[in-house]
Amino acid sequence: MSAFPLVALVGNPNAGKSALFNALTGARQKLGNYPGVTVERKAGRLSLSDGRPVELVDLPGTYSLDPTSPDEQVTRDVVLGKQSGERLPDALVVVIDASNLDNHLRFALELLSLGLPTVVALNMVDLASRDGLELDPAVLSRELGVPVVPTVAVRKRGLDDLRGQIETLLNPAPARAKALPGDFNAVRAEAKRIAKAAVVRETPSRRLTAAVDRIALHPVFGLFMLLGLLFIMFQAVYAWSEAPIAMIEGLAGTLSGAVTDALPDGLLRSFLVDGVINGVGSVVVFLPQILILFFFILMLEATGYMVRAAFLMDGLMARVGLSGRAFIPLLSSFACAVPGIMATRTIADSKDRLTTILIAPLMTCSARLPVYAVIIGAFIPARDVGLGVGLQGLVLFCLYVAGIVGAMLVALVLRMTVTKGASGSFLMEMPKYQWPRPRDVLLGLWQRAVIFLKRAGTIIFASTVILWLMLSFPKAPENSAVSQVNYSVAGRIANGLNVVLEPIGFNRDISLALIPAMAAREVAVSALATVYSLDADEDEAKLERSLGDRLKDNWPLPTALAFLAWFVFAPQCISTIAVTKRETNGWRWPLFMVGYLFALAYAAAGLTYWTATAAGL
Amino acid sequence: MRLTDLPLRQPAYVDMIDWNALSATDGQRLREFGLIEGADVEALHHGGLLGRGPIACKIGRMTIAMRRAHAAAISVRIGDRDERA
Ligand SMILES: Nc1nc2c(ncn2[C@@H]2O[C@H](COP(=O)(O)OP(=O)(O)O)[C@@H](O)[C@H]2O)c(=O)[nH]1
Ligand SMILES: [Mg+2]
Repeated sequence: MSAFPLVALVGNPNAGKSALFNALTGARQKLGNYPGVTVERKAGRLSLSDGRPVELVDLPGTYSLDPTSPDEQVTRDVVLGKQSGERLPDALVVVIDASNLDNHLRFALELLSLGLPTVVALNMVDLASRDGLELDPAVLSRELGVPVVPTVAVRKRGLDDLRGQIETLLNPAPARAKALPGDFNAVRAEAKRIAKAAVVRETPSRRLTAAVDRIALHPVFGLFMLLGLLFIMFQAVYAWSEAPIAMIEGLAGTLSGAVTDALPDGLLRSFLVDGVINGVGSVVVFLPQILILFFFILMLEATGYMVRAAFLMDGLMARVGLSGRAFIPLLSSFACAVPGIMATRTIADSKDRLTTILIAPLMTCSARLPVYAVIIGAFIPARDVGLGVGLQGLVLFCLYVAGIVGAMLVALVLRMTVTKGASGSFLMEMPKYQWPRPRDVLLGLWQRAVIFLKRAGTIIFASTVILWLMLSFPKAPENSAVSQVNYSVAGRIANGLNVVLEPIGFNRDISLALIPAMAAREVAVSALATVYSLDADEDEAKLERSLGDRLKDNWPLPTALAFLAWFVFAPQCISTIAVTKRETNGWRWPLFMVGYLFALAYAAAGLTYWTATAAGL
Repeated sequence: MRLTDLPLRQPAYVDMIDWNALSATDGQRLREFGLIEGADVEALHHGGLLGRGPIACKIGRMTIAMRRAHAAAISVRIGDRDERA
């Protein structure tokens, strides 16, 4: 591809490869895929002191050159020069965690035996010294026979030195392979010997982490802590978002007022006000809530708590035949199922992995938040149910729990039928706790905001516009008894679909909203906004009212509850279907997934509607 | 004694591992984590209610979590391996 020298970052998981990669390449990164496999290729540009550019790739972390997952396979093939779509690297940067030398050195020795020009980045020296471990890089360098540079990736310490060493490596020099001493145990013993030699001073390890873990991993307190954290997260989604949401709503109001004043009544004005501002605006309004959710998930990941949560949940996961590892992709599916499904690649067992992929869409993703939020806002009173707990947040929490319980039951059934196989396992390294750097968290939030707004500007915008077109044409004749919505193409389709959906309490407007919501779940909200906005055309006063108020006028409570229940299972989301097809290599599993989700959504909505109606709500 | 029976925070070392009781990948992962015959090990936490959850243990400066089924395949002896001789 490029003629620049290729340098690869390689090392154990969590050694800090990605942190170093980010620090060395800055914003100049390119994401891609290795051909034929679904492993992400992350490459960036690094400039040497003389300005020469170098291409740097961040390889997936692995513990050895015997791969146990597709990711690890790529790493091995790249360093052996056997990966299609990648050249043999001109040099390696082996990243090792200073506080975990024995282990990381073993893999480093394996890599050194390949004979590629290599520099070792002795990363996380800050954590090592916090932990009472002082190392001598010079001794390491002598023992390994390659340069060793102490670094702190997240504070950008040691980077100039590392860049200098890379530069030296790229100047033609005879590469020397360090012979590997015999079998696995011999390599391990050698790693241990070198690690011991490099230690200057050592005190017992991980005091802070051990102390926190006594509570965080406690079978009772730990579980309470986890539930408490999740509960606070859902309360915060409402409590913290009020002010920013009001701001965005105000802005949209001002905008549509300005457009209404500036343009004569007609198609263009209807398009801008009903289609664009009300439609897309009704989704953008949820940006604050989505960012709050992502904030919590990013924090859980960055502090090292996520693996603890997996540890606590493993008992439950085992009972439904899943790997405890599955908890991490599932928790990130709360944000979005697409990265969640991609994260299942770390699960070694294929049946385990397939089950996790199939239930990932049951985790309440952030695209469902707008739907939940608008319905809860309209139908559930903002009451305090005591102890400062809001009823709205409580209902939201229950919807999340419904998704989780549903997922566990589905997993149980799947593991006894279509994905039958050996029971899962759980073997994970538990990272040390640490404070996330505010900059990293802000960067993560910023990336999420951009992705969301891009979606709003593309998929959501397009589906809203198409829906607006289908709702606006053909034009109902003047003074006709049939309303514009019923007269339009979309209305006619929806009336047809409504035959199937009526028994579970859905009305025409819901049928209408569900079609474009196939593109993305949150489109259901913008679609409803457009429908009610068009319907209100005759009555200027109605136009002023929020979507929530309009829903309240038009829907009985059982219908609203059935709609919520539908969305707990709702299968519609093209991106999820596409990523499932890619990750399972074919149409079979995505079709199965869509089928079972539709069936469950229909049943859940029906049960909710009939129960609520019978209860006289 | 099996690793499942080892009292918490009691330093011990690995006496024997029944590799046949582990799948090939799980066995490999354990070795890569440094869990081999002779390694120092200390059980730190038992997870889950009713003692059915995974076990977190310290190997060197690293903490790893494993299920009880894996821990049961690992025999340990209390004490410091270097004092045996
Ligand atoms: N304190 C400290 N944390 C680091 C350092 N390098 C990486 N980290 C953190 O360690 C975690 C794992 O790093 P990451 O780059 O994702 O590791 P990778 O799996 O090798 O790509 C992240 O939370 C980083 O912020 C370091 O030098 N010092
Ligand atoms: Mg990484």
